[in-house]
Amino acid sequence: MIRRTKTASMTATKTETATEIPDHHIGRRKLDIAGIVFQLALVASLLACFAFLMVLIVDVVKDGAPVFAERGTDFLTSDLSRDPAQTGVWQGIKGSIMLAMITLIVAIPLGVACAVYLEEYAPATRLTRFINLNIRNLAGVPSVVYGILGLVIFVQWFEGFTGGRSVIAGGLTLSVLVLPIVVITSAEAIRAVPQSLREAGFGVGATRWDVTRRLVLPDASPGILTGLILSLSRAIGETAPLLLVGAVASNFFTSGNAGYLEQLHGTYTALPVTVLTWARQPQAEFRELTSAAIVVLLGITLLANLAAILLRNRYQKKR
Amino acid sequence: MAGVGGGLGRPLSIGATPGVDLSGDPWRQRKERVVKWVLFSAAAVTLAVSAGFVIALTGKALEFLSNIDLGLLWERGWFPRRGLFDVRTLVVGTLMVTGIAMAVATSLGLASAIYLAEYARPRTRRILKPILEVLAGIPSIVLGFFALEWISPNLVQTVFSDAGTFNLLSAGIAVGVLITPLVATISEDAMRAVPDDLREASYGLGARKVTTSLRVVFPAAISGIVASLILAASRAIGETMVVFIAAAASGGSLYTVDPLEAGQTMATAIASLATGSDQVAAGGGQDAGQAFNSLYFVGLLLFAFTLGLNMIGDRFVQRIREAY
Repeated sequence: MIRRTKTASMTATKTETATEIPDHHIGRRKLDIAGIVFQLALVASLLACFAFLMVLIVDVVKDGAPVFAERGTDFLTSDLSRDPAQTGVWQGIKGSIMLAMITLIVAIPLGVACAVYLEEYAPATRLTRFINLNIRNLAGVPSVVYGILGLVIFVQWFEGFTGGRSVIAGGLTLSVLVLPIVVITSAEAIRAVPQSLREAGFGVGATRWDVTRRLVLPDASPGILTGLILSLSRAIGETAPLLLVGAVASNFFTSGNAGYLEQLHGTYTALPVTVLTWARQPQAEFRELTSAAIVVLLGITLLANLAAILLRNRYQKKR
Repeated sequence: MAGVGGGLGRPLSIGATPGVDLSGDPWRQRKERVVKWVLFSAAAVTLAVSAGFVIALTGKALEFLSNIDLGLLWERGWFPRRGLFDVRTLVVGTLMVTGIAMAVATSLGLASAIYLAEYARPRTRRILKPILEVLAGIPSIVLGFFALEWISPNLVQTVFSDAGTFNLLSAGIAVGVLITPLVATISEDAMRAVPDDLREASYGLGARKVTTSLRVVFPAAISGIVASLILAASRAIGETMVVFIAAAASGGSLYTVDPLEAGQTMATAIASLATGSDQVAAGGGQDAGQAFNSLYFVGLLLFAFTLGLNMIGDRFVQRIREAY
């Protein structure tokens, strides 16, 4: 009884207020000032990130342009030299290409095989979980610590094979560095392959390896390719570990007229190491040279990254 | 009848009688086993890498510690070639750079993430997010040079006129820019994983967009956001080249808590030992001086620091996967 009267009185007050509301609230939309300020602050933060990127690129291109204007492709094809007017990035480019090739040969097959094992073959055991956790942790180890690992293992322990501080030791160190990235991106791509595809394969009597090789890997290939490009771009842009495994950080060295195989065991440098060398030179001419070398380095890494991102987005949209 | 259910090319006999061997072609089975072992050994390599880290770092680090007077680890200043190995100098430098970087990355990164996840139209997001990810692909040495040549004179020295050309503040800002995409992308993923029901419920109660974003979506995505911040901090701690170029105190550094001065972090101490010391050029380090061997000790510290942070961050990442 009491309850009913209460509801009755409540409805009464409600109808009263309900008739008032339209005039005061719904009719006129209040301007949400706090909301607008908040949204502007968000946009400003995002734009600040882009501004950094823009300023960086404009600044570097502006400083580096005179070098390209004066020297043209000569800058790209000259060896390192103490004379700023003579020096060039050729040895750096060559070193970076050799490092990237070694990474490609070592890290990609190893990483993809590891991802295939974890996604297609591994039983759900404690060991498998541990391997997964371990890979995620390896991805977070700072690159300079990988340099120490390379120094101890590839330069000191396996000196006979790598020849000490050689491009092989550098390439192997970078391979170990990008291995977790390759595994994680490949495993994600393999996980995204629909289960029905595998079941169809097993249904016609294919073995697990047949299913993996003929169905899963082709379907996952765009994702794997994305990881491959990202890891190569990482290997090309990485400096710190190379300092430890002996990329030459001085302004002059000759690889002489050694053959390609001999060069694998000889001294080497890489594009980012060249940038570091020039950035630390006191002469003003080297400012421009550093910027020009950065233009080359950024050109390679940013294009590679952009390609990988666009490829991934396109591939995700299809799913 | 041994080959029933065997190779693709074999005729299948339907309705196999009991007692028939259904285990398939032994050659195919052998091949399967070999493939499985080859793939497993690839996975085992990753374990070997971790083992390599532990063995290589601890062995050399213990050798270093047993050869020096342990009091030297607490003497003010990091001057390895003079026998001063003050770990505090490096840890404080690292914390300063990481702190500044996190201040930059938290504000810019989280704001970008909220904008991309909650405000941006799908079309806008598709254009803006890749640009943010490109920022993540800039080699750190390039950002280091940029910090030295642009951030230091144009930002830091205009605000603080007494700042030196090389200072930890510009290095910290540049590291912040470097890790912002990491914060933004992981947080954005976490916020977009929040189900729309929560947003609709909030709008249904009459909440504004700001309130919905900050009071409903943000708390619901908090474990992913915390994960992004922890992983970013771990990245900042290990960042080498930016600090090496922009705050370069090569050779050594006095104990300093002033971010406007040059300084060292753990990572740059390793890099300067590797480039600056002639022991490295002499090749080997087998019987090089203790100065060079201190690199292994700092490396072990850095490894332990980042490993700890990554383990915690990983816990949080796993939690988002479970939540929705």
